[in-house]
Amino acid sequence: MAPEKIVLRFGAEKADKPLIYRLVKDYDLIINIIKASINPHKEGTMVVELTGERSREGIEFLRSQGITVHPLTQEIARNDERCTRCGACTVHCPTSALYMERPSMDVKFNSDECIVCLSCVKVCPVKAMEVRI
Amino acid sequence: MSVERTYKEINARIKAGKAVVLTVEEVIDRVREKGLARTAREVDVVTTGTFSPMCSSGVFLNFGHTRPRIRISKAWLNGVPAYAGIAAVDAFLGATELPEGDPANSDYPGEFRYGGGHVIEDLVARRPVRLKAISYGTDCYPRREVETNITLDEINEAILFNPRNCYQNYNCAVNLSDRTIYTYMGILKPRLENAHYSTAGQLSPLLKDPGFKTIGIGTRIFLGGGTGYVVWNGTQHFPGALKDENGRELCGAGGTLAVLGDLKQMEARWLVGTSFRGYGATLTVGVGVPIPILNEEVLEYAAKPDEELYAPVVDYSDCYPNARPGNLGIVSYAQLKSGQIRVMGKDVPAAPLSSYSRAREIASILKTWIEKGDFLLGEPSQLLPGPEARLCGKFLNVK
Repeated sequence: MAPEKIVLRFGAEKADKPLIYRLVKDYDLIINIIKASINPHKEGTMVVELTGERSREGIEFLRSQGITVHPLTQEIARNDERCTRCGACTVHCPTSALYMERPSMDVKFNSDECIVCLSCVKVCPVKAMEVRI
Repeated sequence: MSVERTYKEINARIKAGKAVVLTVEEVIDRVREKGLARTAREVDVVTTGTFSPMCSSGVFLNFGHTRPRIRISKAWLNGVPAYAGIAAVDAFLGATELPEGDPANSDYPGEFRYGGGHVIEDLVARRPVRLKAISYGTDCYPRREVETNITLDEINEAILFNPRNCYQNYNCAVNLSDRTIYTYMGILKPRLENAHYSTAGQLSPLLKDPGFKTIGIGTRIFLGGGTGYVVWNGTQHFPGALKDENGRELCGAGGTLAVLGDLKQMEARWLVGTSFRGYGATLTVGVGVPIPILNEEVLEYAAKPDEELYAPVVDYSDCYPNARPGNLGIVSYAQLKSGQIRVMGKDVPAAPLSSYSRAREIASILKTWIEKGDFLLGEPSQLLPGPEARLCGKFLNVK
């Protein structure tokens, strides 16, 4: 079963709850934490990959706990008007979500492969890669 | 019999709608299919294109006079200083200029979100730009300050003048050190983990006329989506040849162009504000140069494919910053475009900073302009110095 990538956002009152533990223990899910951060106000963001039969139920559980859950593909977007198709991003993207199509030398973005590492945002010379929250 | 054509003959054919115009990609295929001699007889013009970050770009602006008048001493456009020491209401804004107070690299590596190149893009995109100017005041120019919004169409003149554009060839940049470095060639990961290169290879204008047999003062070009001109050789124009380790000449290197055009004709698609993390701001510029096929020799160079054009691989962690000669070998543009090159026995992923697909689009637009009869070739009043001039760069001696 293909892993499902989701973004979790939670407020300060949830930051100390063992949510990931519950997903593993109660829903038998394999969790791969791609990125996690908690700001000084204890509001958190987490990007995780979920694998397992009961991922739907797991996501419902998170929502019932007041966590906002949305798919990762909404997170990084390419501004196609702005992108010049130079390709500078292609060697920096760890999953080849951004890749050079040959022989046309067109630069493609497959958002399904994106893990929101933000490398492209730092590298893009014309700031065509945008973080959408 | 070998063909000889003049600009006059080619322009007469363009006016009559009979000129045969091919892009570089098309002419490469044609030469492979029909051979050099026959293609030279059939083709009048070959169009090239490039779309890359080009520092040494800028714009001369005449804002128009205020009432009462001001003799501007200092000017800022969206907070970016423009050089106003030209005349009362004229200024020059350079692509790499940063806003006053920009943190630059004080928080390394800096982001360089906005600079002169971005102001030029805002102007050409017809977005309002905030002009602030101050003066010491004189009897004929009493006003001491002005602050207002300007747009490209409201001001008198905006002349894009790029003193050094369109580099004939460029380094392929790598990093041999143990830390990530932030360069004008992009972010280079440590220990040869990636390579960046910056020309459109076979589409790139000056690689297609290495002897400067056709390009000169007055050559009419595609510039930023409008019509522009080659007005001089660019600064640091030191044309020569890239050589392999045995001293064999491989392809052109070292030439540059000074180009000029009316910004009001141009489009933001072809002039894009650009930033390199840890390095600075610049402008990505679209340039297309038509190569008149005056004879077979001109075509031979114009039709060189990526397999026969090369770039030197240069270490940007030590060799480049310390201005040490030498390179880590030579790679062809065909290898670079494959996405992987071999350097010091290691396979290194390679990526361009120059958009090949946009370069192709420029060559194609220029072809359409010429075919329609809208764009005649400019016969140079003087050709640019070629390799025979043996121009070479000087280092600035710190005394």
